[in-house]
Amino acid sequence: MPQKKSSEQNGASGSIDAAARGDAALRRDLLREMLLIRRFEERCAEAYAIGKIGGFCHLYIGQEGVGVGAISSLREDDYVIASYREHGQALARGISPRAVMAELFGRVDGCSKGKGGSMHLFDRNVNFLGGHGIVGGHLPIATGVGFAIKYRGGDQVCVCFFGEAAVNNGAFHEALNMAALWKLPVIYLIENNRYGMGTALERASAINDIAERACSYDMPSEVVDGQDVLAVRAATMRALQRARSESIPTLLEVRTYRFMGHSMSDAVSGTYRSKEELEEHMKRDPIVVLRMTMEQEDGWTDADTSKLDEEVKAVVQDAWDFADASPEPPLEALYEDVFVDTTS
Amino acid sequence: MPIITYRDALNQALREEMQRDDRVFLMGEEVGVYQGAYKVSKGMLQEFGEMRVVDTPITELGFAGVGVGAAMVGLRPIIEFMTWNFALLALDQVVNSAAKMLSMSGGQYPMAMVFRGPNGAALQLSAQHSQAWESWLAHIPGLKVVAPGTPYDAKGLLKSAIRDDNPVIVLEGEMLYNTKGEVPENEEVVVPLGQAEVKREGADVSFITWGKMVLVAQQAAEQLAKENIAAEIIDLRTLNPMDADAIASSVSKTNRAVVLEEGWSVAGFGAHVADFVQRECFDDLDAPVLRVHQEDVPMPYAKNLERAAKPDAKKAVAAAKKVLYLEN
Ligand SMILES: Cc1ncc(C[n+]2csc(CCOP(=O)(O)OP(=O)(O)O)c2C)c(N)n1
Repeated sequence: MPQKKSSEQNGASGSIDAAARGDAALRRDLLREMLLIRRFEERCAEAYAIGKIGGFCHLYIGQEGVGVGAISSLREDDYVIASYREHGQALARGISPRAVMAELFGRVDGCSKGKGGSMHLFDRNVNFLGGHGIVGGHLPIATGVGFAIKYRGGDQVCVCFFGEAAVNNGAFHEALNMAALWKLPVIYLIENNRYGMGTALERASAINDIAERACSYDMPSEVVDGQDVLAVRAATMRALQRARSESIPTLLEVRTYRFMGHSMSDAVSGTYRSKEELEEHMKRDPIVVLRMTMEQEDGWTDADTSKLDEEVKAVVQDAWDFADASPEPPLEALYEDVFVDTTS
Repeated sequence: MPIITYRDALNQALREEMQRDDRVFLMGEEVGVYQGAYKVSKGMLQEFGEMRVVDTPITELGFAGVGVGAAMVGLRPIIEFMTWNFALLALDQVVNSAAKMLSMSGGQYPMAMVFRGPNGAALQLSAQHSQAWESWLAHIPGLKVVAPGTPYDAKGLLKSAIRDDNPVIVLEGEMLYNTKGEVPENEEVVVPLGQAEVKREGADVSFITWGKMVLVAQQAAEQLAKENIAAEIIDLRTLNPMDADAIASSVSKTNRAVVLEEGWSVAGFGAHVADFVQRECFDDLDAPVLRVHQEDVPMPYAKNLERAAKPDAKKAVAAAKKVLYLEN
C-alpha cells in the first residue's frame, strides 16, 4: 500500500495547531456557532412537526463540530459546497439565520428565494455553492471549482462536505481521481456519521477505514475526530496549506455521529442502531467537548454558557419570526430563473 | 463563398469563440493530443494549450460535473462527449445539476456552458452506439437544445450556444461531419437560438425536421418534385425553445404536416411537434399529422435490418403522399 502522505510530514504543523486552538475569544466564537446551529436545528424539528417546513429535512445535530471547525478556517474568497445535510455549513459560512429559515419555510426571502428548500441552500455572497440532493453528485462539481481556481491562477480552496455513504458511488472516484491527477485545490471532507440512512458503513463499504481510499489516488488524507471542533480546524488548516501552496487536494475523514434520525421521517434509534449506541455517542457532544476545554483553559462557566444560549436562542427566534412573516413567492416567480436571457 | 465541411465549421466556431473569450475552454475525451475522436478539435491543443483544451480520463459523469463546477464560478466550459451515447453516464450532471442550478439557487448561479458531441446513428454500429437523444434532452426545463443540419448552422448555432448564459446541448450529426456547405469567410456567422429556417419552399406539404433528417427531407423533397409535389422544409434547428411560429406559418400555407425525426416514436420530440400542430393549426389541417421515425427497436447490426429500422427518404415520401391522399 502506498505510504499515506499525512500532515506530520508538513513542517509547519506546530504553528498550525496553535492557530487552530486559537485563543479564548476564538473558542467562544466556535462555541457560539455550534450552539446557534444546535438551537436552529431544534427549532427546525419543531417547525417541521407543525408543517411550517416540508419535504425532506436532514438535521445536523451532533455534527456541528465538523462544519464549524472546517469553515472557521477558511478565507472569505474560498468556496464551500455541501450535500443536502447543509443547514449547519450554511450558517457557519455566514448565510443569515433569517435567510436560511425563510428558505426552509418556502418563503420569498429565503436564500434561494423559496425555490430550493432545505436541500438546496445557496448564497453567492459568501461563496456557498449549494446544498445538493444527489448523493455524490456535488463531488465532481467541487473538482470543477478547483479546476477553475487553477485555470485562473488563484489560491482559493474549495471545501466539499459529504457523508461517508457517498464514497461508494462512482462520482466519488471520478472526482477524486481527476483532482489528484490535475492537482486541484479541493478538500474532500467526509462526514463519517457511520450511517447512510439505515445502512451502516460496514454494510456498504468493503473498506472500513475509508480514509484509505485516498491511497488509490495517491492523495494525502487524515482521520479526524469530528467531535473536537479544534481538531477539525487543525486538520482543515493543514489541508488548506497544502492546497494553497502546492495545489494538492486532500481527503479528510472526519468521524462524527448524528444524534437525530436520517431525516425528519426517521426514528432516532430502534431499527438500524440501538438506543444504547446512540446514548454512548451522545456522551461526546461536540458542544460539551469544547465547553470542557474552555472551562479548563479559559475560566468559562455555566453562567457564561447560559448567557450565550439565551443569545443564540434569541437569534433563532428572530429568524423564525422573520421567516414566518416573509411572504410566499409570488406566482409570477414560477417561470422565473428557469433560463436567463443574457449572452456574453 | 468557401465550401467547407460540417467538421471544419464546428472547428472554426470553437476556435473563434476561444479566441474571443478566455473563459471558454474545451474539455473531453481525446480532444487534445488525439485531435478529437472525430477531429473536430484538430489543431486546438497546439493553438490554446493544455489548460484550455483538456484531455480527460474516461469519466463522463466526472468531467460533466467538472464543467458544472467551473461554470458555477464563472468559466464557460464546452464539454465534449465522444458521442451522446456515452453522455448517458453524465445525465445526472446535465439534468440534475446544469439544468436546475439556476432555479434551485433562486437565480444566483447561471450555468453558461455547452455540452456537445455527435448524436444519432452512424453505420452498422448496432444498438449501444446508434441513438438519437434529443427527445430526452428537450424534455428538461433549463436546457436549450440545438441540432444543426448544415455546416453553416453548425458554426452559427455552436457560436450562439457558447455565448449563451444558459446550458446548451449541441447535437451534432455523426453522419454529417463530412458533409459540405457554404460558410462565409470574413463575416461573423451566428445563428440565433430558437429560430427555425425554411430550407426549401413549397406549397403542398410541410416537412418539419431538424439535424441529420434535414438531408433526408431534402432527398424526399427532390423525389416529390419529380411528381410535381412541392414540399416545404422547416428546419427547426433549435428544439428547445421551439420556433412555433415558423411551424404554424408553414402549416397554414400547406395544410399538411409530416414530422421527420431520427429517434424512436414513443414520447419522441416529433410527438411534441404533432401535438402543437393539431392544437394550434387545427383549422388549417387537411389531414392528420404523420410522423416518420426510427422503428421502435434497438438498432440492429445487419445492413438490411439497420436500413429497415432507420427513417429514410422513401418513408418520408410515402408519408407525404399519404397526407396528400395520393397513397394509402
Ligand atoms: C444517488 C442517490 N441515491 C439515493 C439517494 C437517497 N438518499 C438520500 S441521503 C441517503 C444516505 C446518504 O448517506 P451519507 O452519504 O452517509 O450522508 P448522511 O445522510 O449521513 O449525511 C440516501 C440513500 C440520493 N439522494 N441520491
